[in-house]
Amino acid sequence: MIGKLDEALRFHQTALSLRAERQQALASNIANADTPNYKARDMDFNSALSRALSKGGPAAKPAASSPSLVNGAGFQAVANALTRTSAAHLGGTPSGVTASGAQLLYRQTAVQGNIDGNTVDMDVERNQFADNALRYEAGVTFVNGQIKGLLTAIQGQ
Amino acid sequence: MSLFNIFNVAGSAMSAQGQRLNTVASNIANADSATSSTGQTYRAKQVVFSAVPTANPAAAGVKVQQVVEDQSPLKTHYDPKHPQADEKGYVTMPNVNVVEEMVNMISASRSYQTNVETMNAAKTMLLKTLTLGQ
Repeated sequence: MIGKLDEALRFHQTALSLRAERQQALASNIANADTPNYKARDMDFNSALSRALSKGGPAAKPAASSPSLVNGAGFQAVANALTRTSAAHLGGTPSGVTASGAQLLYRQTAVQGNIDGNTVDMDVERNQFADNALRYEAGVTFVNGQIKGLLTAIQGQ
Repeated sequence: MSLFNIFNVAGSAMSAQGQRLNTVASNIANADSATSSTGQTYRAKQVVFSAVPTANPAAAGVKVQQVVEDQSPLKTHYDPKHPQADEKGYVTMPNVNVVEEMVNMISASRSYQTNVETMNAAKTMLLKTLTLGQ
């Protein structure tokens, strides 16, 4: 029964944590808008979500002792995993992979580049930030609706 | 919960931009100082930002890596009555470009504002999350 409840909420739970992570990446881009040589990063939400869902979501992370998979990167191709010569070595996270396994990508360079090598386009970042926040809140609303539906089913009223 | 980390990231950016604003204020305030506490003519100062990686690879904060002095030549103008004038009657003045500093100031305060909004958005999202299931 608990498994069924888990299953019902998994999709939105995964989507919300990925949205939160993307929001963080966008906040970093905005924070580093004046940092020389900083390259703006973002994730492809669709592929990150489908990858996370196909592997069972963030709740089903691989065991930390598994030597072939790097901690938290179970959704990433093994080619990205670090090679460890001893099981006692710390795994670490390969660069460019977030905690839930979403691949961070560099943004395409803007039409007009900055002279200091920074690729943050404030308009793009702010748009994406607002869009992502709204979608997060939409996700929260969906989960609320689901919980209400489940409660109605449980109480049978 | 990675939303909490936004507070760290935006906060570090706010303090870095605040320091930049401080430097601008110092430059503008000293634009006409013929001498300074060190005995040398004041030189315009600029902050250098650098990204600080955090535990999460998705996030990077900001810090002021160093404060550099503008090495462009100091301004001299002819004023033999000035107490700081040299034997030829020239006074050495700071190399502060007030127009540049104003631009810098507006840029820093806008960046600061944007980061405050970032924080507010994260706060709203967290509060919405806390009302889940109610």
